[in-house]
Amino acid sequence: MTGWLAKLRRIRALTDKETRQILRDPSSVAIGIVFPIIMILLFGYGLSLDVTRVNVAVVDQDASADSAGLVGAFRLSTYFGVTMVPSLAQATTLVMNRKVDGALLIPSDFTRRLHAGGAELQILVNGTDSNQARIMQSYAQGPVASWSARAGGASAGPVTVVDRMWFNETNNSRYFIVPGLIVMVMTVIGAFLTAMVIAREWERGTLEALFVTPMLPGEFLISKTVPYFGLGTIGFVLCVLAARFLFHVPLRGSLLMLCLAAAVYLLVALGIGLLVSTLVKSQFLASQLVLTLTFLPAMMLSGFIYDLRSMPAVVQWITYALPARYAVSLMQTLYLAGDIGGVVWLNLGILAAMAAALLAATRLATRKQLS
Amino acid sequence: MLASLLRIVALIRKEFLAVLKDPRSRFIIFLPPLLQCLLFGYAASFDLNSAFYAVLDQDRSSASIALLARLDGSSIFHRQADLRRIEDITTWIDNGRVLLVIQIPQDFQRHLMAGEPAPIQVIADGRNSNTAGTALGYVQTVVDDFNADWRAHHGQPGPTLRVVIRAWYNPNLDSRWSMIPSLIGTLTLMGTLMLTAMSVAREREQGTFDQLLVTPFRPFEIMAGKAVPNLAIGLGQATTILLVAQFWFRIPFVGSFIVLYCGLGLFLMAAVGVGLFVSSIAKTMQQAMLYAFLLVMPFALLSGLATPVSSMPDILQTVMVINPLLYALDLTKRVFLEDAGFAQLGSDFLPLGVIGLCTLAGAAWMFTRRLS
Repeated sequence: MTGWLAKLRRIRALTDKETRQILRDPSSVAIGIVFPIIMILLFGYGLSLDVTRVNVAVVDQDASADSAGLVGAFRLSTYFGVTMVPSLAQATTLVMNRKVDGALLIPSDFTRRLHAGGAELQILVNGTDSNQARIMQSYAQGPVASWSARAGGASAGPVTVVDRMWFNETNNSRYFIVPGLIVMVMTVIGAFLTAMVIAREWERGTLEALFVTPMLPGEFLISKTVPYFGLGTIGFVLCVLAARFLFHVPLRGSLLMLCLAAAVYLLVALGIGLLVSTLVKSQFLASQLVLTLTFLPAMMLSGFIYDLRSMPAVVQWITYALPARYAVSLMQTLYLAGDIGGVVWLNLGILAAMAAALLAATRLATRKQLS
Repeated sequence: MLASLLRIVALIRKEFLAVLKDPRSRFIIFLPPLLQCLLFGYAASFDLNSAFYAVLDQDRSSASIALLARLDGSSIFHRQADLRRIEDITTWIDNGRVLLVIQIPQDFQRHLMAGEPAPIQVIADGRNSNTAGTALGYVQTVVDDFNADWRAHHGQPGPTLRVVIRAWYNPNLDSRWSMIPSLIGTLTLMGTLMLTAMSVAREREQGTFDQLLVTPFRPFEIMAGKAVPNLAIGLGQATTILLVAQFWFRIPFVGSFIVLYCGLGLFLMAAVGVGLFVSSIAKTMQQAMLYAFLLVMPFALLSGLATPVSSMPDILQTVMVINPLLYALDLTKRVFLEDAGFAQLGSDFLPLGVIGLCTLAGAAWMFTRRLS
């Protein structure tokens, strides 16, 4: 009984020390509060895959009533800014100098071939930015379809597609980017900051000083985890508030599940930070490793921006080893779809197992250092 | 003059030793960029090559089967299930088992035969609205083909218009062709800026910076001694990625290496400048790391690498004028794919030079101020 009390007292003292250390170092406060705010604002507003206006130079070599109608359809579309140019050479120059995003060419045989079947509208783009080219191609379908519907009604059918995008009816890319952003923020706070702080203690030798005290490795771990968990929670709350009030992303799942998911993922991130810093004991190496192991994968290999389904099978297999993948899937589902048992419990279970494994490994590694 | 040069050379040598002597730090400098280049080269793509879907065919007619056969015939769509009940749609979509559910209503064929519009419903999992949008676009294309054939066979050929896309420099619009050259700048920026920011902060934290200050070195020489090795390491990283791009991903390099390396040199000078500036402000390694990270992250994410710059709010577009990566991405892609020369790249070279000079001068000023 007294043993337990002493243990609790030691943990409290250490946690207290750690908390003060955070509060007195302006850079830790910066990362706990300023960091999430900057990330949310910058990326919440900055990262968007949404529709923007594309400017095109139009060359109408046919100059007929039909071609004029087609140009009119593009003018009417809110997605296109149309500039008429007399020659293809001029249009090419404009594209090459990045004055316009692309060019539309209506060839001189347009009317003739239209009724023979097989008229062409050419979109000329600079393929260096393949994404922009793709966006233009899909935007062009709108005016082309509305023009054909008026011209003959035929291309509007007979089969028509009524599409419905569930969970995101207005096709707003913020809906999937903001939940992913929460994962990014917690990754940075949990893994990056913890790794830096503990590696610094190793570098400066203050950990050795702690190890001559009666403290046990488990207590040490708890005292390190609790304050950073608190810092991560602040970041999480800021994110949730921003998602709700700035970006108006609907939360269709329950707040309770969202908090649970965030807490479990935060433990995983803390576990990585603790383990890496315990193993390498150098701030430079720890920071680079954490960057490589957590931040970059969370950005590129988690479904945050790039969909996992677009990746080759080998890369998809690798992503199964990365916690961010499960966290992003959880957040996107909880925010947009709701408490879908099959998705939520599976991902949550895997994350919990990862957290347990990481913390256990850290404990083991710390014990070895002590002897 | 000569003495000064000799001192700088000695310092450069020392700096190289400090970074490259430790096998672990050699490893951390060259292996991650290599792995990241390979992984992200494959991962960072908006091209959807396969989409799982399920069908709720309530018509079960020859027309509906013909339409579905077209979907299955396009190498992209993979049918996972034939659903029986409307309620199944929710289960399959919610659990993420399929990206799309295609529902063909009962009187589909009757409408078609009667020459009336025959709607089909396509439900997409919009949790990633970008992917869902792409997949819906593909469905539309398949249906358009079906319609064209149907009209041709049933004698109602209206005016037909094909939209043909012709892309200069990247004929197949392979997103890898623009992504992988972009990784050269992105990955080296991360490495170089962090390494530079840490190098001074580490010496300061370990107290060796004070030792350096009592030597005959002038602040400018210390700066040069710190800048050159990091710049060289950055060029080494860039070359590694360039080799992967050419020999692994086989992205055709049509430009001039001289232009590319001049551009990369300027870009890395800007990166080193930013790094030195950060380390002149930071008091500890931790602070240096955090400040560097606080800059690298928005530089990387808001450079046009992941999402188009034109979709960003105007104010962010203005702020990103100071982002060296913005120019480096444009430069590497244009040299790589377009064979752009110095004349066309003035709009990239100039800002990079200005950023480099300003940050280096700023760092030098901060260092001198600290000394006095």
